[in-house]
Amino acid sequence: MADPAIRFERVTKSFGPVRAVDAVSFDLPRGALVTLLGPSGCGKTTTLRLIAGLELPSEGRIEIEGRDVTRLAAAERRIAMVFQSYALFPHMTVLENVAYGLSVNGARRAAAEAEARAMLASLGLEGFEARLPAELSGGQQQRVAVARALVLRPKVLLFDEPLSNLDARLRRRVREDIRDLQRRLGLSVVYVTHDQQEALAVSDLVIVMRDGRIAQMGRPTELYEDPADSFVADFMGEANVIAGEVLAAEGGRARLRVGGVEVESAMRAHPPGPATLAVRPEAVTLAEAGGVPGRVVRAAFLGQTREYEVETAAGMLFVIAPASARAFAEGAAVGCRLERVIPLRG
Amino acid sequence: MGALSLARAALVCAALGLLIPPWYGPDSGFTTWPAGEAAPLVLLLARGEAWWLWPLPLILLACAPALLGRRAEGRMLVACGAAAIAWVFLQGWAIGLPGTVWSIAAPFVGADATQPALGWGATALLTGAAGLLAAGLAARGRFGGDAFVAFLVTGSAALLILFVFAPLLTILSAAAIEDGKIAPGALVGRFAAPEAWSLACVTGSLGCGVVWNTLALATLTGVLSTLLGLAFALLAARAKLHLGGAFRALAILPLITPPFVVSLSLIVLFGRTGMVTEALSALLGIPRSRWIYGLPGVLLAQLLAFTPIAYLLLEGAVRQIAPSLEEAASTMGARRFTVFRTVTWPLLRPGLAAAFLLGFVESLSDFGNPLVLGGDFDVLATRIFFAIAGARHDPGRAAALALLLLGLTLGAFALQTAWLGRRRYVTVTGKGDAGVPTPLPRGLAIACGAVAFPWMAFTAIVYAIIMLGAFVHDIGRGDMTFTWRHYVTAFEVEWFQGLVFRGAAWDSLFTTIEVAAISAPLTAGLGILLAWLLARQSFPGRRTLEFMAMLSFAIPGTVVGVSYIMAFNVPPLELTGTGLILVICFVFRNLPVGVRGGIAALAQIDRSLDEASATMGGGAVATLRRVILPLLRPAIIAALAYSFVHAMTAVSAVIFLVSARHNLATVYIVGRVEAGEIALAIAYSSVLILIMLAVVLGIDKLVGRAQIGRRAPAGAMQPAPVPVTA
Repeated sequence: MADPAIRFERVTKSFGPVRAVDAVSFDLPRGALVTLLGPSGCGKTTTLRLIAGLELPSEGRIEIEGRDVTRLAAAERRIAMVFQSYALFPHMTVLENVAYGLSVNGARRAAAEAEARAMLASLGLEGFEARLPAELSGGQQQRVAVARALVLRPKVLLFDEPLSNLDARLRRRVREDIRDLQRRLGLSVVYVTHDQQEALAVSDLVIVMRDGRIAQMGRPTELYEDPADSFVADFMGEANVIAGEVLAAEGGRARLRVGGVEVESAMRAHPPGPATLAVRPEAVTLAEAGGVPGRVVRAAFLGQTREYEVETAAGMLFVIAPASARAFAEGAAVGCRLERVIPLRG
Repeated sequence: MGALSLARAALVCAALGLLIPPWYGPDSGFTTWPAGEAAPLVLLLARGEAWWLWPLPLILLACAPALLGRRAEGRMLVACGAAAIAWVFLQGWAIGLPGTVWSIAAPFVGADATQPALGWGATALLTGAAGLLAAGLAARGRFGGDAFVAFLVTGSAALLILFVFAPLLTILSAAAIEDGKIAPGALVGRFAAPEAWSLACVTGSLGCGVVWNTLALATLTGVLSTLLGLAFALLAARAKLHLGGAFRALAILPLITPPFVVSLSLIVLFGRTGMVTEALSALLGIPRSRWIYGLPGVLLAQLLAFTPIAYLLLEGAVRQIAPSLEEAASTMGARRFTVFRTVTWPLLRPGLAAAFLLGFVESLSDFGNPLVLGGDFDVLATRIFFAIAGARHDPGRAAALALLLLGLTLGAFALQTAWLGRRRYVTVTGKGDAGVPTPLPRGLAIACGAVAFPWMAFTAIVYAIIMLGAFVHDIGRGDMTFTWRHYVTAFEVEWFQGLVFRGAAWDSLFTTIEVAAISAPLTAGLGILLAWLLARQSFPGRRTLEFMAMLSFAIPGTVVGVSYIMAFNVPPLELTGTGLILVICFVFRNLPVGVRGGIAALAQIDRSLDEASATMGGGAVATLRRVILPLLRPAIIAALAYSFVHAMTAVSAVIFLVSARHNLATVYIVGRVEAGEIALAIAYSSVLILIMLAVVLGIDKLVGRAQIGRRAPAGAMQPAPVPVTA
C-alpha cells in the first residue's frame, strides 16, 4: 500500500507555554478530502500550517507521501494552500497571480502563462486574466486562489476556512465545487473549518480537534451517529446530554432508565450500568403520553420545523419536530419518546 | 538562497578583495594601482610588506576546500568569517599610521610598523567575511536556515555597530581621555564644569551655564510652539474657515527649508541695520540694538521652524477626537466652553505632551539657528562645535558636552515614551463615528485667530524676505535696488570651450545634489530591508537590531558630527575629508524614518501574502522582490523623498565633516553668513528652497502626501496606507 498523503507522528507545536498542537498523530489517505474541525483555538489552523510548513513543529515528525518534511520550509514541500483571505497579490493581474508559482519555480514566462491560462479556463475564469483581484467578486477571487494553488500540481492541497468570506448562498455552491474538483482530479485535500455542517457535507474523513488534541477522527456518519464524548456529540450537531442507566443493550436495541422511567430505544451495545447518554433533537418524538414525561416550556415555529424545549425529570430536552407533526402549545404536558440514544464514553 | 551559494559568493568576494583592489586607502586613490601604495594585498605580501596580514589569505584557504566540495560546514564558516573580521580590526587598531599603537604588539611587529587606513580591498574582504559568517549561521539552522535573511541581519548589524554605535563609544572614551591617558577625573571634571552648570546669571550679570541655556531655550520653544500649533490646529479642524490649504502650505515650507534660513530673514528684519530696526529708529526714535542676537532671536527662529511640526501633530490629535464624545457632553447639558474644558482639552493632553516634547527635542538638536543668531548666547550644540572648530580645540571637552546633549535628548525621548505609553486614550474605535465636530467656543476661536493670523502673516513676511532679498543689492542695509548680482556671483555660467560653471556656489551645489542623490536610495533601500527584517522575520537579537536602527533618531546632529570626526579620523577607518563620510552620515541619520515608514506600510500588508508566496515555492528573495517591494512602493518613495530633502537641508552633523573638496550647500551658506555676505546666502537659500519644493511636489504627485518631517510621530504624518484588498 502506498504511503499516506500525510503522516503526523506525535507532532507538537508550542508557542511559549501554550501547546497549540499537542502530540498529534494521524495518517491521512491519498485522494481523500479530510476536514479539520473544531472551535477556534483548538489547533486546527496550526495543524494546517504545520502541514504547509508555515510553522515548524517543536517536536515530532511530519511526512508527505512518505518523504520526511519535518524541517523543510514551505517553499520546498510541494503543497499548495488556499488562504482564508485568498491572499491574492493585489498588484498582479489574475493571470500573473496564477502564473506566479510556476515562474518562481523556474518556468519560462510564456510556458507559465499558457499553463495558467489553461487552469483558469478549466475553472471557468476565461476572460478575467487581465483583471486585478480587487475587480473580482468574492466567489471569483476564491476560484482564482484555487486555480493558483492547483496549477502547481501539489501533492496536497490545503484550504484554510475557504468559505468564511462568502455569503451564505454562495457557500453551498462553492463547497460543492471544491468537492467535485477534488473527486475529479483525485486530489488529497486537507480542509479547515469550524462549521460542522460544511465538514459533514464535503468530507471523506473528519478530524475533530479540541485543545490541541484529536477528540475523534472518522467518517462523517460515524462522528454524527457515534460520537466518542459529549464534546464531539455537541460539536457535531446539537445533542441533549443526559444521565441515565443502561438496563440491557443488545442487537441494536436497549432498555434504559431515564428520568426515573423505563424506556426503550435504538442504541449500540453497551454494558449495563449508569451511563451518559446523548440524544439528538430530531431523535425525540413528542406525543401526548409515553416515554419520558415532561412539559413544554418554549415552542417556536420555524417554517420547516418546530422547536421545543421540554422540561423533564432527566433535565431540559431540546426537540426538533417536523412541521407536519402534531403541534404542542407552551405549557402542554407531553411524553418524549427517545428514538435513538448514543451512549458516550466518559 | 541556500547557505552554500551564499558562502561561495562570499568567498569569491573576499578573494577578489585580496587580489584586485588596493588593500589600503591611500590618499592618492587608484593612481599608482596596482603597484606602489595602491597595491592589492597579494602584491603587498609578495613584496614582503605588511606580513602581519598573512593570516587573512590563510583563513580563506582554510574554508575553501569544503566549499569547492559543495559542503557548507556551518561551524567552519562561522569560525572563518568571524576570525577574518576580528583579525582585520585587531591588526588595524594595533598598527596604525603613526606606528605601533598598541605597545603589546611592539615586540612582534617592531615599534615602528606603520600602515595607512583600510581601502576597498579590505572592504571587499570584510563583506565576504560577513557573508561567510552569515552562511555559516544559516547552515547551522539560525535565521530559519535562510542565508539571505542571515546575510541581511549580519550585514546591517555590522553597519549599525560600525556607524551608529561605535562612534558613540568613541566620544565616550574621548571624554575620559586627557593627554592621551584615560583619566576618570577629567571625565568628572568635564561633566561638572561650571561652563555647563554655572548659575551665574541668576546671581550676577555673568552668563549661565550652557546646559541651563539649552534647557531654557528648549522649554520655551517647546511650550510656545505647542501653543501656536494648537491655535492653528483648532482653527483648521474646528473653525468653519476653509484655510486647510493655506495652513498646509505654510506648514510645509519650514520643512523643506534649511533650518537656519529663517535666521537670515530675521537678521534682515531685526538686525542692527535691519528693516524693522531702521523703521523703528527713524519713526519712533527707538535706538538700534542687537537684541535679535541671543535668546530672543534664536527662540523666534526656532518657533518659525518648529511650529508647523507641532501644528501637523496637533491637527491630527484634534481630528481624532470622536465628535460623539463631545456631542454626548452637550446632550447632558454642558455649554460649549464647558464641553471644551471638560472633554476636548483632557483628550488633547497626550497630543500636547507629544508636541511639547517634539519641539523640546528639535530645539535641543538645532544647530543652525543658534550658530547664526546666538551671539553670546551659547547652547550645547554650538558650544560643541566651537570646542572642535574654534580657537580652543579641545576634543575631550567637545565629547563631554556632546554626551550631556545626548543625555538630554535621550531623557526627553524616554519621557515621551513613558508618557505616551501610559496615556493613550483610544478615541478611534473602528466603528463609524458619524457626527459633526463641535465648533469652537466663540471666545476661544477669537483668541486662536488673534494668535494664528498675525503669526501666519509674520511667517509669510519672513519667507518673502528670503525671496526678495536675493534680488536686491543689499537688503541687510536697506539698499533695495534690483539686481541679479547675487545670482551671478553664485551661479554664473560661461561658455568657454564648453560649459564652465564659474559661480561660487556650483561646486557645493553639485556636491550636495550628488551626495543627496547617492544617499537617498541607499537610505531607502537599507531602511526598507531593515523594516522587512524587523516586521516579518523572527530571529534572536531582533529587538537589539531594532534599537540600534532607531537609535540615531535620538542623537542630535552635532553629536553625530563630533563622534564621526573622532571615530573616522585615523586608521584603520579613515573617512574624514571624503565624500563617502557625508553619504554614510546621511544614510545612518535618516535611516530610522525609512525603517519606521517601512514597518508602518508592512503592517498594512497581510502576512498571508508572504505565506502564499512561500507555499508556492517563493523563497525570501523572490517574495521580497516580487510581492513585498512592489506593494511597498509608496513607502519607498516617501523614504527617498525624506532622505533626499534632509540630505540637502542638514547642517548640524555635516558641518564637522565637509572639506574643501567636498563642501555642501548648507555649510557654504553658513560660511557666507559668517563672512557677512547675507544677500548671497539668501540667494543661494532661495535656489535650494525651489529645488526642494520641486522635489517634494513631484513626490507628492507620485504618491500623494509625502512624509518629510524628521521626528513627526506616527499619527501626524503616516505614509498613505497601502490599500491591500487581498
